[in-house]
Amino acid sequence: MAILVIQILNSLLYASVLFLIAAGLSLIFGVMRIVNLAHGSLYAVGAYVTAWLAGRGIALGVPLGWLFLLLPLGALSVALIGIVIEPLLLRPFYRRAEEYQLLVTFGLLQILEDLMRLLWGGTPLSADTLIDALPILRIGGLFYPAYNLLVIAIGIVAAVILWAAIYHTKFGVMLRATSQDRRMASALGLNVGLVYVMAFGIGCFMAGLGGAIVVPTQAAVLGMGVDALVIAFVVVVIGGLGSLKGALIGAVVVSFVRTAGIQFFPELELAVLYLIAALVLLVRPSGLFSTA
Amino acid sequence: MTIDAHPLPNRSLFKLAAAAAPILLVLILVPSLIGTYQLQLAIYGLIAAIAALGFNLLLGYTGLLSFGHSAYFGVGAYSVAFVVAHLGPHSMEFYLLVGIPVVAITSALFGYICVRHTRIFFGILTLAISQVIYSLALKLYWVTGGSDGLRVPRPALFLGLLDFLGPQGFQLFIRSYYYYVLGIFVVCVVLMWVIVHSPFGKALQGIRDNEVRARFLGLRIRRFRWISFLVSGTFTGVAGILWVPLNGLTTPDVLYWTFSGEIVFTALLGGFRNFAGPIVGGIVFTYLKTYAVATTEYWQLLLGVVLVTLVLVLPTGIVGAISQAGQRLGRRNAVT
Repeated sequence: MAILVIQILNSLLYASVLFLIAAGLSLIFGVMRIVNLAHGSLYAVGAYVTAWLAGRGIALGVPLGWLFLLLPLGALSVALIGIVIEPLLLRPFYRRAEEYQLLVTFGLLQILEDLMRLLWGGTPLSADTLIDALPILRIGGLFYPAYNLLVIAIGIVAAVILWAAIYHTKFGVMLRATSQDRRMASALGLNVGLVYVMAFGIGCFMAGLGGAIVVPTQAAVLGMGVDALVIAFVVVVIGGLGSLKGALIGAVVVSFVRTAGIQFFPELELAVLYLIAALVLLVRPSGLFSTA
Repeated sequence: MTIDAHPLPNRSLFKLAAAAAPILLVLILVPSLIGTYQLQLAIYGLIAAIAALGFNLLLGYTGLLSFGHSAYFGVGAYSVAFVVAHLGPHSMEFYLLVGIPVVAITSALFGYICVRHTRIFFGILTLAISQVIYSLALKLYWVTGGSDGLRVPRPALFLGLLDFLGPQGFQLFIRSYYYYVLGIFVVCVVLMWVIVHSPFGKALQGIRDNEVRARFLGLRIRRFRWISFLVSGTFTGVAGILWVPLNGLTTPDVLYWTFSGEIVFTALLGGFRNFAGPIVGGIVFTYLKTYAVATTEYWQLLLGVVLVTLVLVLPTGIVGAISQAGQRLGRRNAVT
């Protein structure tokens, strides 16, 4: 029974990280119609920056509680990268065929992956002191770090904030207007360029936050971004590209299937996920919950 | 293959022959000019060219960007490895005999699913399906060797007439294998040229340029795309079959989606709007990557920068840029 609870909690932990990555990917696609292949690498950058800063912080003797401020800081640094990338690299491609957009983000992926290797080397970077900063809970005789619950909470809070921002603020209206008809929004006096930068920045922030909160539970390693991207694809395909609700449900579905897969059919765990994605694409190409 | 019964315009084949004859002559003479290592690189280049040539039938002529062509390359490579492990005869012809149908069936099956979509969804669908194969190759280690992969020894060529077991085996193998691959490369180029210039190829280009109009003309669009996918995957698979004896080992890396990205990169480097583009791209990419890997640990960074610059500055690729420059020169000459 306790094991079941822990497995469910683990699934939720994974789901909240996946949601953060996939929601960013989905937001960027929804507003800008760009499939950002470098999105997973931005998530990895978030993880690396946070782990690196945590290491620095510990070396400088920063009290453990303060280290939690590094989580938003890691996410913000990725958002900053995004704000630089969008006008420099992506803006020239909005009017060109989408093949080029895929290619330029693929190039970006290669650059980011190697930059991480250049900056932080090949050894995994861990930040598990953050887990020790919080108490370890006992669930029916088994130990469970309270930090994992914090990650789940952050995922839920992020989902609520994002939903409120998109559906209940003026900025959200601008975002949705641009997503529906870019030219009309521009004709109505919206600064579409600014909306794009903001959307891309927020998307990157989400990815970075995903990386920042996951890094204490598992170290930052090379290739984590490339792996995460494909799983995030599965999530958005199940939920529907460009849909926030879809990203949430997709993340929950994928993480529960994955947890069950690792438990019962470890060899086929990944294959099953991709098969589900392929099936959904065939039956309902716009995803199970596509709205906008 | 899938050419209709219409007689082909012979002129286009003559044009190909006239343009390709000097290049072919150089390619035939190459082994007497360069060392074994360079020759080995040249074989890799030719193989990459075959892969990109197949890929480009889909991107350049059908207008579908596949991000999962690693699957067909990898299935080709793994089918050879399975033949080696379970069936025995170390003969290249036997590998091709078994590998080509396997690759064709795989691409027919996957293509049947994937052509239900176009544009971005097609890309994601091809990627997702290729990742199914990747994760199976990675996880079913008792069949595929997992991340260690499977070893493939040097096969005998020409029905066992040539084998390479002696002390000079490796040098001899590279020399013979170069001509072997070159022969298949030429067959592939001619075949692809015939396909592209056949009514079938013209129909593909019509679908690419205006799907609605093509449908009004009565073309069965999905079927055309499917056959194009099948041919494209099979060509890339042949490249995989040829690649594995040279590499001596096949690992799940050739199935991973970033390898598909490299195939896309290759086609774009040469220029996917040109017939010769992917061929040039394949050869240039092989050398580019080899030298990037040799000079810096951060070769991926270098390739990424090249790719981004290429997309920004030279969207038509090397061949496209050269032919544009040629046209401009010609026009200037005509004016003055």
